[in-house]
Amino acid sequence: MTTPTPRTPVPVHSPREAPSPVHSPREAPPSPASSTPGGVGSSPRRPDGTLKVTGEFAYSSDMWMDDMLWGATLRSPHPHARIRGIDVTGAVRMPGVHAVLTHEDVPGEKRYGLEYRDQPVLAFGKVRYRGEPVAIVAADHPETARRALDRVRVDYEVLEPVSDPVRAAFDPDCPLVHEAGEDLPPAHPAHHRSGNRVRYQPVRTGAFADGATAAEVRALADVVVTGEYQVGMQDQAFLGPESGLAVPAEDGGVDLHIATQWLHVDQSQIAPCLGLPPEKVRLTLAGVGGAFGAREDMSMQVHACMLALRTGRPVKIVYNREESFHGHVHRHPARLRYEHGATRDGRLVYATAEIVLDGGAYASTTAAVVGVASSLGLGPYEIPHARVDAYGVYTTNPPCGAMRGFGAVQACFCYESQLDRLAAELGLHPVELRIRNAMSEGSRTATGQRVDMPLPMADMLRRAREMPMPPERAAAGPVDVRALPGGVANTSRGEGVRRGVGYGVGLKNLCFSEGFDDYSTARVRLEVVGGEPAVQVHTAAAEVGQGLVTIKGQIARTELGVERVTVLPSDTRVGSAGSSSASRQSYMTGGAVRAACLAVRARVFELVRAAGLVGDDHPDELLGLAGGKVVSGARGVLVSLADLLGASAVEETREFRHRATEMLDPTTGQGASHTQFGMCVHRAVVDVDVDLGLVKVVALDAVQDVGRVLHPQQLAGQIQGGSAQGLGLALMEEIQVSGSVIRNPSFTDYLIPTILDVPPMRIEVLEHPDPHAPYGLRGAGEPPTLSSTPAIVAAVRAATGRPLSRIPVRPEDIVGIERD
Amino acid sequence: MEFLSPATWEEALAAKSARPDAVPIMGGTDVMVELNFDRRRPAALLDLTRVPELREWAPDGDRLRLGAGVPYAVIVDRLADRAPALALASRAVASPQIRNRGSVGGNLGGASPAGDAHPPLLATDAVVELASVRGVRRVPAREFYLGPRRTARSDDELIAAVLLPAPAGPQQFAKIGTRNAMVIAVASFALALDAGRRSAGTGIGSAGPTPLRAPEAEEFLAAEFDWAGGRPPSPAVAQEFGALVAAAARPIDDVRGSAAYRRHALSVLARRTLGWAAADYRREMAACG
Repeated sequence: MTTPTPRTPVPVHSPREAPSPVHSPREAPPSPASSTPGGVGSSPRRPDGTLKVTGEFAYSSDMWMDDMLWGATLRSPHPHARIRGIDVTGAVRMPGVHAVLTHEDVPGEKRYGLEYRDQPVLAFGKVRYRGEPVAIVAADHPETARRALDRVRVDYEVLEPVSDPVRAAFDPDCPLVHEAGEDLPPAHPAHHRSGNRVRYQPVRTGAFADGATAAEVRALADVVVTGEYQVGMQDQAFLGPESGLAVPAEDGGVDLHIATQWLHVDQSQIAPCLGLPPEKVRLTLAGVGGAFGAREDMSMQVHACMLALRTGRPVKIVYNREESFHGHVHRHPARLRYEHGATRDGRLVYATAEIVLDGGAYASTTAAVVGVASSLGLGPYEIPHARVDAYGVYTTNPPCGAMRGFGAVQACFCYESQLDRLAAELGLHPVELRIRNAMSEGSRTATGQRVDMPLPMADMLRRAREMPMPPERAAAGPVDVRALPGGVANTSRGEGVRRGVGYGVGLKNLCFSEGFDDYSTARVRLEVVGGEPAVQVHTAAAEVGQGLVTIKGQIARTELGVERVTVLPSDTRVGSAGSSSASRQSYMTGGAVRAACLAVRARVFELVRAAGLVGDDHPDELLGLAGGKVVSGARGVLVSLADLLGASAVEETREFRHRATEMLDPTTGQGASHTQFGMCVHRAVVDVDVDLGLVKVVALDAVQDVGRVLHPQQLAGQIQGGSAQGLGLALMEEIQVSGSVIRNPSFTDYLIPTILDVPPMRIEVLEHPDPHAPYGLRGAGEPPTLSSTPAIVAAVRAATGRPLSRIPVRPEDIVGIERD
Repeated sequence: MEFLSPATWEEALAAKSARPDAVPIMGGTDVMVELNFDRRRPAALLDLTRVPELREWAPDGDRLRLGAGVPYAVIVDRLADRAPALALASRAVASPQIRNRGSVGGNLGGASPAGDAHPPLLATDAVVELASVRGVRRVPAREFYLGPRRTARSDDELIAAVLLPAPAGPQQFAKIGTRNAMVIAVASFALALDAGRRSAGTGIGSAGPTPLRAPEAEEFLAAEFDWAGGRPPSPAVAQEFGALVAAAARPIDDVRGSAAYRRHALSVLARRTLGWAAADYRREMAACG
């Protein structure tokens, strides 16, 4: 048997500095420069960067074994139907077909789920969304496998789709997506699960906690603004489709090479479905072509393993692009109603929000998304009286789950829109109104959680406002259409083009919340290779493009004073690293690598003492590691690691946990549910062709506090990428669903921003360390995704005068033509 | 699936005659997408990439004969003076990679109403050259598009070239998309003024079952345009021209946009391109005078 794809350890040594596009203002505490080249605070090159740029990196879809079979998936053509029967005879008889499996062939548990096990491995009883897997085939050629799917006969009794999430949330007569008596596991008692509701979470503070009505609280305000908002279904739009290779093993188990965000949570779902103990389901991370939350839930994992175990041959499954749109969860679309009241001098008095999140056919992370949407639903503002009601519901729409921003994105668009409307009512600058109500360190969120880390929101807003403006558009002279709305399509030479400026700020929880036992594991080994000290770092953390592979090496260099660091491939031979999501891996796996390095260092110092190198004359001597040597503060170099270790190795494994968090109270929504808060402020400048409804974002500048910069270049990439994804949600990215069917499952019609849509960004990074976090760092990936969307929409409103309560904003909305 | 790969034009015509169901493929920017999405399983593919004539262009009388396989990138870089509207449209096609492979022949073969090349061909009164073992015939673009993805091409014919009249006045092309590059047209419009004949040509894309003309708008403009001086059209004339173009469209609601928006956008594009064309017209008159 040949080995699938080269997965040699990636060497991380010989770092070269990359220029940093990040402006760090001088007042902020400077990053302490690492004494080891390529350490924390510098920008060493990514070990996988050159391979990716030159197209040589092996992604999960590139894996190959000579004797492998190809898997394919038969999907439901109906969003909601009862399965009366499945006949696989015609497919089984096809030459080249090795297996055709249905739900009857699932060896163990018939359902899996990230948080709640309600999703069938293969549909039985009913299908609940269009594209739900019903049968799987393994064949010796992908085309044969696809043709075999055509020969599987499924007898469906078509049911009415449950397409309206508001009806699903509130209408007791709405048909149930998951019917009673389906033998589902019990729901968390605090989630108020009932009917089609996956979770309902209220939040009440101030007079609302004492039972006051909206009318009573409204009387306290001079100015009231209300708004109804709609957020379309955004896709993560990763470029590497769902894919993996399952290889049957001699011990009856299976080795799965897979692109995922969390190896161990996949393992914990796959093993019961296969009826195998976890140790017989071994996972190795394959090259991940983007994730953004869409790989938290499983796709083809169990299917490939089932086919491999049944056929005794390696089985590869790769979704095509259209299938991928049906094969992963999306961002929850939402319907939201907001009301804000303020005094004449611009102090927020109260706010209410009703948030309905469409979770689609299966629970995925809907309950946790509701937890975020409810707790952060009113944003980073001090509001004496708050009332939030957040609902996550089942429908027969495409399943929705994790995506960068995770429930905070939908709310941020609304509360920022509300603040802008309030500012207009009060005649205040939108930044000024935000500053008057800004949270800061010591503030309490709507859930009563005290912000016990720096939160320089007012300062960040001022900085965003004071950033230099882009130059005005030239009134005369030659026109470069690429700089105008419409771009190369040549729709305007300046006719109808108006400029607008808008601001946005958002508050995002970082790391896992609500009492989750969130941890990561790292194994670090120090030994001498070829006469030089070398470090190996082994974790199960998923590198999904974010650059954790670089960060792990940097931390090892900084903590162990050794330049030569090898980051081993991620697999389940080491303990769980948790998910590459919630902006948590620098914090969590970074924290675990650091803890393991400190343990290795302590062992090294024990060796130094055991060797008698620290004499009785120096009992309190401070030891350190630098340049591959053990050094004493007082006496300089004591011994080289090469001499000290010889042929022996020092290896330590550590688990790292962040501080504990609490569940939200099911009635009042109070509780310290979050680990850490992140914030970004955006200022957007747009040119809008008001006659055609086309937009060119001229500037999208950001101020973000990250606590401590670990890798300036990668940080800039995170802020740029998050901002671009927010731009996409503001202006173009939407999975259009009607009658529970996706109408645009392709990159021809699901538009993501191009280089002509995203301006060069000015980024100002602040470093106010979080005392609870390793190095004081703050997760950086998600906050920009929150704030860029409302900033852009506010700028479009400023240019057009249109209310624009729906995202993405469509040309029709700007020119005022009804749609839908 | 059979894969036919003729080395000469004669072989290609013979192959198409023998296998009229063979799908011609050149850049593959449409055909391969359909195959990859499993929307089409043709019995045979006819690969035309080895036929050199298809990538050539040369004068043909006072027209330009553009091989059906000349990539859009070449039209943008080399032919902007001889085919201004088509060059503008070619610049708006997809991405640089696609422009290096895609060609006008592919647009005509697929005959999607959203094809960017169609409106300029209609506006400039271009001619499509079809060939088969039976001979060569030339069909005006204005008679080429018969119905949704249906054209005047017979099953045994290949698209050899398009013949583009020498520009006799300003030409414009503009296209709506919801991002600033790499987008299928929501609606597009081409305008060509002919100073010699004192006539106007129009082409509408992505707003009907086929690419369309706006004949009433053409007649209106021919009568109202200041052919002597190229004065900027009055707001009333521009408005009416835009309204007539919009009225000629037969758009539908789909994922890319609503019918109402498409009509509205076409009226705006018609007004704007008319203004630009008039300015170009004055500039050309000044240069000649």
